[in-house]
Amino acid sequence: MTAPGRAAVSRAEARTAWVPLLMRSLPLKIAVVFICLLWSVPTLGLFVSSFRPAQKITQTGWWEAILNPLQAGQWTLQNYQQVVGSEGMGNAFINSLIVTGPSTVIPITIAAFAAYAFAWIKFPLRGPLFAIVVGLLVVPLQMAFIPVLQRYSEIGLNGTFLGIWLAHTAFGLPLAIFLLYNFISQLPRDLFESAAIDGASHYQVFTQIVVPLSIPAIGAFTIFQFLWVWNDLLVAFVFLGVGADVRVLPTALYQLIGSRGQAAHVLTAGAFLTMIVPLVVFLLLQRAFIRGILAGSVK
Amino acid sequence: MAVRTDSPSRGVTLSALILPLGALLSLTVVAVGLVFLADKNGANNLLGAIYELLGNPAAAMAVRNGVGDQVLAKLLLAVVALISGVGGIWLLYSTVAQLVSLFRPSLRDRIMPWVFVLPAIALLIGWLVYPGVTTIVTSFTNDNTGAFTLQNWLDLFKPASLGILFNNLLWLVVGTGGSVILGLFIAAMFDRVKFESLAKTFVFLPMAISLVGASVIWGLVYTWRPAGQPQYGLLNALWTGVGGRPVDWIHTSDFHINTFLLIVIFIWLQTGFAMVVLSAAIKGVSTEVLEAARLDGASERQIFFQVIVPIIKGSILAVITTIAIANLKIFDIVFVITGGRFDTNVVANEMFVQAFQFFNDGRGAALATVLFIAVLPVIYINLRNLREQGVGA
Repeated sequence: MTAPGRAAVSRAEARTAWVPLLMRSLPLKIAVVFICLLWSVPTLGLFVSSFRPAQKITQTGWWEAILNPLQAGQWTLQNYQQVVGSEGMGNAFINSLIVTGPSTVIPITIAAFAAYAFAWIKFPLRGPLFAIVVGLLVVPLQMAFIPVLQRYSEIGLNGTFLGIWLAHTAFGLPLAIFLLYNFISQLPRDLFESAAIDGASHYQVFTQIVVPLSIPAIGAFTIFQFLWVWNDLLVAFVFLGVGADVRVLPTALYQLIGSRGQAAHVLTAGAFLTMIVPLVVFLLLQRAFIRGILAGSVK
Repeated sequence: MAVRTDSPSRGVTLSALILPLGALLSLTVVAVGLVFLADKNGANNLLGAIYELLGNPAAAMAVRNGVGDQVLAKLLLAVVALISGVGGIWLLYSTVAQLVSLFRPSLRDRIMPWVFVLPAIALLIGWLVYPGVTTIVTSFTNDNTGAFTLQNWLDLFKPASLGILFNNLLWLVVGTGGSVILGLFIAAMFDRVKFESLAKTFVFLPMAISLVGASVIWGLVYTWRPAGQPQYGLLNALWTGVGGRPVDWIHTSDFHINTFLLIVIFIWLQTGFAMVVLSAAIKGVSTEVLEAARLDGASERQIFFQVIVPIIKGSILAVITTIAIANLKIFDIVFVITGGRFDTNVVANEMFVQAFQFFNDGRGAALATVLFIAVLPVIYINLRNLREQGVGA
């Protein structure tokens, strides 16, 4: 257990060895801490404000609450009760779960099958079809909205969960296929040759060899797609809309800003409610999270 | 011995039949689930149907009319969503794969690849390629008459639209440049302290926050109260603290102050990404190279700008491209905070407003195509790289 830690330390020392003594010492550390504070203060302000009574928020800055944390009537859970209940964010939270689960797992499944075929099965048009996938990687989703919404309206899919699953699935596919292809195509060729000799079908090779070996790539993309869908406002706004029974958290928060723009106590609690799940995912799975973000960064 | 060879072979035939049949049956269940999910009043109808099955028509009626337990109905729908959505897709593949494997080998080998790729290709064509082409056509079409027109494109050269394009340029240069430069310096700085990974967490954390959430966070920072009232927005508290008069930042478009403040939110979100990628790249620079430079008497500044930066040039370019693409499509921050008013409009926001609030499909389509044209160089580079790698060979 100590070996990696020791290696890291010596690495850090090797790094710092070429830095002049002055830079290595206090000023640098202070600058680093300052940057960390600078980056956290806005979120901290939101977090603190969301637990303050409505009248206090607009009377004094949130930093006053930190300076006098024990003062009577300084903290409350009232804001959260109001947002979850009467402002309908609790309902939106459930809707977000309904939208995010399938919108994350379905594209990965479809993409994994396709990526395996692109990497290891020869078939006509394989090259041109894969070029389409790569070409679509950075195409703005705005190009799809108007026609897809028109078709949705014709067949009654607008404002339904099925409609947004399909949209998120299709929009997530190019990146998912591309990343999984990169990973699956690097698996050793011997694996597939010996499986073929044993008479395994493509379906068996896929489920029993490719999927278990691709878990790191699948996991990284799962986290990326999950965050993307959970935090998405635009796609949800266009295809699900603002109806109280279907709207997701970002949409609900957007509407809260419109209707209660001056009510900082509701807004801060609502905003923090939308952030809880991604922040927990972030803090628990930081490494996989970073891998996912890095892998999905072209989107 | 005879029994032994017999039973596995019969087992194979049996499983070959049971699996497809069982899967088809499950698909039917999934299809029923999908019916409820495609239904706009699905949650209540589902709970209603369950109450009816349980012999409680009164409760069924109540739920259908929207007076029953809404949360229970929602949760049930969520369960159905996960079962039919997630289970459904796996069942679909295994069923079809099983069915195709019953064909004779030559036919099977020709069909099987398409079982694997066709769902993906169909979705890509149906939801991206075909709509994309339609959008380009729509941008040249008069909404009312359906006739060919250049008007939607000519409108983009009116002063108001040019202002929007200018704002996007501002976003592109300041937002991308700011994120990448800050990310680079923070990566280089944090590389030299021992609490590096903890420090990185702070800068990286905003990546987990939605753009809407970030807009609320910074909306609070930028809050303005008239002079004489307590300033609970951090920026105005600091500003008045050093003797300034409180400024209504978001509504102040002089010198594009409000646009710059919106761009700050973007930089706050994206710097972490740039930092993580560039930090990995900096760590990839070999210590020997750095030591050689030091032996040659290079200063710290020279080592950073003339050794490290040229070596990690590739990573810097990749980060610039990625952030620039995200930047071009920027929508949420502007939409949420100003709605594009007070001279802060950008193309993606105007596209949304034209297409989905004013229902000017032609204008919206032209604006979407502008975004598409802006990323064309990246598409070209991606495809060229693909050909160089000889994928598919």
